Amino acid sequence: MDIYLILLIVVIAIASLFVIVYNGLISLKNQAKNAWAQIDVQLKRRNDLIPNLVEAVKGYMKYEKDVFTEITKARASIMSARSVEGKAKASGELSNALKSFFAVAENYPKLKASENFLQLQEEISSTENKIAYSRQYYNDVVMVYNTRIEVFPQSLVASIFKFTKMDSFIADESERKNVEIKL
Amino acid sequence: MTRLMFEEIEKNKRNSWILISLFIIVISLIGLLFSYFYDSYTILLVVIFFSIFYSVIAYNSGDSMILSMLGAKEADKIKYASFVNSVEGLSIAAGIPSPKAYVIEDSALNAFATGKEPSKASITVTTGLLNALNREELEGVIAHEMSHIKNYDIRLMMLAVVLAGLVTLLSDFFLRSFLYRKKSSSSKSKGGGIEVIFILAGLVLAILSPLIGKLIQLAVSRQREYLADANSVVLTRNPTGIINALKKISMDPDPLVDSANKATAHLFISSPFRKNTNAINNLFSTHPPIEDRIKRLQEM
Repeated sequence: MDIYLILLIVVIAIASLFVIVYNGLISLKNQAKNAWAQIDVQLKRRNDLIPNLVEAVKGYMKYEKDVFTEITKARASIMSARSVEGKAKASGELSNALKSFFAVAENYPKLKASENFLQLQEEISSTENKIAYSRQYYNDVVMVYNTRIEVFPQSLVASIFKFTKMDSFIADESERKNVEIKL
Repeated sequence: MTRLMFEEIEKNKRNSWILISLFIIVISLIGLLFSYFYDSYTILLVVIFFSIFYSVIAYNSGDSMILSMLGAKEADKIKYASFVNSVEGLSIAAGIPSPKAYVIEDSALNAFATGKEPSKASITVTTGLLNALNREELEGVIAHEMSHIKNYDIRLMMLAVVLAGLVTLLSDFFLRSFLYRKKSSSSKSKGGGIEVIFILAGLVLAILSPLIGKLIQLAVSRQREYLADANSVVLTRNPTGIINALKKISMDPDPLVDSANKATAHLFISSPFRKNTNAINNLFSTHPPIEDRIKRLQEM
């Protein structure tokens, strides 16, 4: 009788441990999904701002066709990209294109005096920041998730329920802010 | 979420409850004093009901009380675009809902966050701060406040301001009305007993309010300012911003936010009162010296 009781307790303990670990992994996975959705929101926001930007500067910068085509091309490839890696690459390209665009815009004093242009510039650069921050948060969550499904005992649950590793959103090197932290 | 942060959150939630209970007990004790004097239990019941009622209000809308007390106004999305956008950006980095952005028209350089939980929080900065800091530094300050929000520091600090504020106010009221009655009582010499009760209540509160203040300071430990500074670096991945911001803030000749008082002091990123080099003052101050915070950040 006693041995059955002990066995029962052990089984219940293991089962509840399983449930806790499983729920923990699920909530982490959902967190990563939400973080990914946040990146998507910001990428879309930036894409939506670009036609406005083109419209605002068309009159001023007639002879800068190259910059425009580069921006439009990168914008289209973000929309068509499906994988994390593809999106990350396209996003980096667009960031670079925008950066060179704003560098060129420096040569147009009239443009820099335009209230509308300055507002758009603020909108776009803060959206760029939001993309960087959402990417950072996503990567933080994915790193925790990826570590957790590799360590015991979570790895056991992860392999039974087929939790797979998630890709982190790796930015183009040139796009990264030039920051060094010693931690 | 790291384990350390989880512990911080639990501690803040627990301390918030302790603070509320303490408040209800202190106010009820005063009620007991009056009900004993007037030999009426109704007074005690009314006072207990009032203290619970006030606690519920303090918990749910203490932040709006603080914001209006300090004259903070919701930041205009176009006029303060970079501030509003930075708040949104850093809330994404912290993985919390975006807090509301508020501005105080004041030349002092200061900032604070308040609210009962991350989904109902706000970040306030002075216009002086917006003028003095560049974007990198501003983001450092906002990230510091974001850490207070994520840790639930804001809940404890909000309750401390609103509850301890009322205790101080009541103690002032009792002591002053005692003095007033003393002056006018020369014409009418009856009602000597009520004077005793007023001064007694006033004294009890006057003794208790700094004591409560001390307790709050122990709870709202200076450690959390260091923690928020460190978390600011984690969020922005950039120690330069917060370091330079703190340097500018420490050089501010007049850090006094006009509408701030002793009760609201510990809300701010740097003490809103004039610097005091007095060692004892330093020991009891709500904030660690900025030089020390900068040093710790540089060592990271």
